[in-house]
Amino acid sequence: MATRELRIGFLPLVDACLPILAQEHGFAEEEGLHLTFVKDVSWATVLDRLLYGHTEMAHMLAPLAIATTLGRGRPAQQLAAPFVLGLNGNAVTLSNELAAKVAKPGKLSDPAALGAALKVEVERAKASGKALRLGVVHRYSSHNYKLRYWLAGCGIRPDEDVEMVVVPPPFVADALASGEIDGACVGEPWNSICVDRNVGSIVLFTAQIWRRGVEKVLAMRESVLDERREETEALIRAMRRAGAHFIEPANFESNCRILSGPEYLAAPEGMVKQAVTDRIVLSKGSPPIHYLDFMFQHSEAANFPWVSQAAWLYSQMVRWDSLEFNPEDLRKATGTFRPDVYRSALKDTNDDLPGANSKVEGSVRQRTQVGAQTGSITLSENRFFDDRTFDPEHIEDYLESLP
Amino acid sequence: MLHCTVLHVRIVIVDENAGRASIIEEGLSALPSQEVYVLTDRHELVSRIAEIEPDIVLIDLGNPARDVLEDYFAVSRALARPIAMFVDESDDEAIAASIDAGVSAYVVNGLNSQRIRPVLDLAVRRFEAFSRLQSDLAEARGKLAGRDMIDRAKRIIMDSKGVTEPEAYGELRRKAMSTNRRIVEIAEAVVTAHDLMGE
Repeated sequence: MATRELRIGFLPLVDACLPILAQEHGFAEEEGLHLTFVKDVSWATVLDRLLYGHTEMAHMLAPLAIATTLGRGRPAQQLAAPFVLGLNGNAVTLSNELAAKVAKPGKLSDPAALGAALKVEVERAKASGKALRLGVVHRYSSHNYKLRYWLAGCGIRPDEDVEMVVVPPPFVADALASGEIDGACVGEPWNSICVDRNVGSIVLFTAQIWRRGVEKVLAMRESVLDERREETEALIRAMRRAGAHFIEPANFESNCRILSGPEYLAAPEGMVKQAVTDRIVLSKGSPPIHYLDFMFQHSEAANFPWVSQAAWLYSQMVRWDSLEFNPEDLRKATGTFRPDVYRSALKDTNDDLPGANSKVEGSVRQRTQVGAQTGSITLSENRFFDDRTFDPEHIEDYLESLP
Repeated sequence: MLHCTVLHVRIVIVDENAGRASIIEEGLSALPSQEVYVLTDRHELVSRIAEIEPDIVLIDLGNPARDVLEDYFAVSRALARPIAMFVDESDDEAIAASIDAGVSAYVVNGLNSQRIRPVLDLAVRRFEAFSRLQSDLAEARGKLAGRDMIDRAKRIIMDSKGVTEPEAYGELRRKAMSTNRRIVEIAEAVVTAHDLMGE
């Protein structure tokens, strides 16, 4: 079998790990693929390269893939996301000054209690005429949606009570240091870099806001999926094997070394290791906190593109872009996630394949067995911090019920 | 009374590489009826663009501020003079060419395509020229480094074998040809081996 090449765009973030490791450890090669990588510094450029054919596939913010399909911000182009690259892995970092007022340094806070304390500071700042400024990495990011979900759930209106600004991940530490922002929600290793430089403290993980929140996807143009369907399915299999390798503690060292290299993340190995091992230092000098599921790359069919996850992202787009709920848009948005491709890629393997394509998000409170291709999969709790549940069949009611 | 005014196209170039920005600026100044502004500082990017109210914004693909800029455009769409990416499908080829050249363009909604094309075409040509210049430079630097390496290798061979300079070069060349490698690679191997063995 001849080796076929696929070009993959990415930003230097830990959750770009699966395609990188699929190539580096030879899982891609075994599937007859050779992957090359195009590193960029903005999502806009990752997307441009994907749309204009510099790359076939890209590491992409799940909401941005949906926004592109819906034509938010540029002419609509149907994207397809047949694989979720990971769940969560982001955190909220506040300036040390603000963190000291609302949280205990080095300790994880309860989301509701932290929100209540933050609300006091938000109101004080607003009354003094200088509202708190919070950075997110992109308008169409899970960071933006999870931060807003949490703020609103704690009685802080994101568009009225604070100022939300876009800050590229590599500039978050500088922006905190200069006082340009008071806090940010960003992926790793950038929170850890803020802590290491002692310009901020981590106070909350996004996994605490939604325990199983979808983060990045492998995105491609739908036309490319159709043309290169076989290679796409081969890549899905290679990435599943890379994921099994990635979560094995014996491989942490070598994977961190590869990912931190100059052609990939170009970040200190120790910083990358914190996310990979779910052991995060929250504040300069404090001992690392082991938070299982800080980032979630493989188990419990984490890479399965649940249609209900896409529907939740669409619901938040409607909520924060002040759109009319539109069933046709919902159909397009959820159509971006392609469980059919994921299934087809893995049907002849022993891999975990859920029996359904959609579920009520946030409804699993304890370890639960669900039907799968072979036997069953155990799903752990996937709750939202406020215990709401999201039923993709009743989005309008859900939107109505939100603060 | 009738005023006959020429409408200027206001162009903003966002580029942290001041050298490249000036090459593009110089090129664009050749076009009639336009004003060109160059912004290099990320911190005041959005406020300056709000002041200038440009018709076209050109920004290189490698600029990390692109996501910040796109967010500002998204917000500005609610304002009177919204800036958008090219919305006209017929311009798709022009955008593809600009992306290939490494520049991204944002254009105010409704700006006449005939006024956009010359600006974009010129920016693309200048971007390409700059890239060529850079790769020429890198190649020249590489050649220089290569020449230096070959010189060192020649000296090592001359000293150890007591041969003349042309003879030393001849040996490098023969070895390169017989092993199907570049002379500079052979020279590198000689220098590395020599360094390993000590003086």
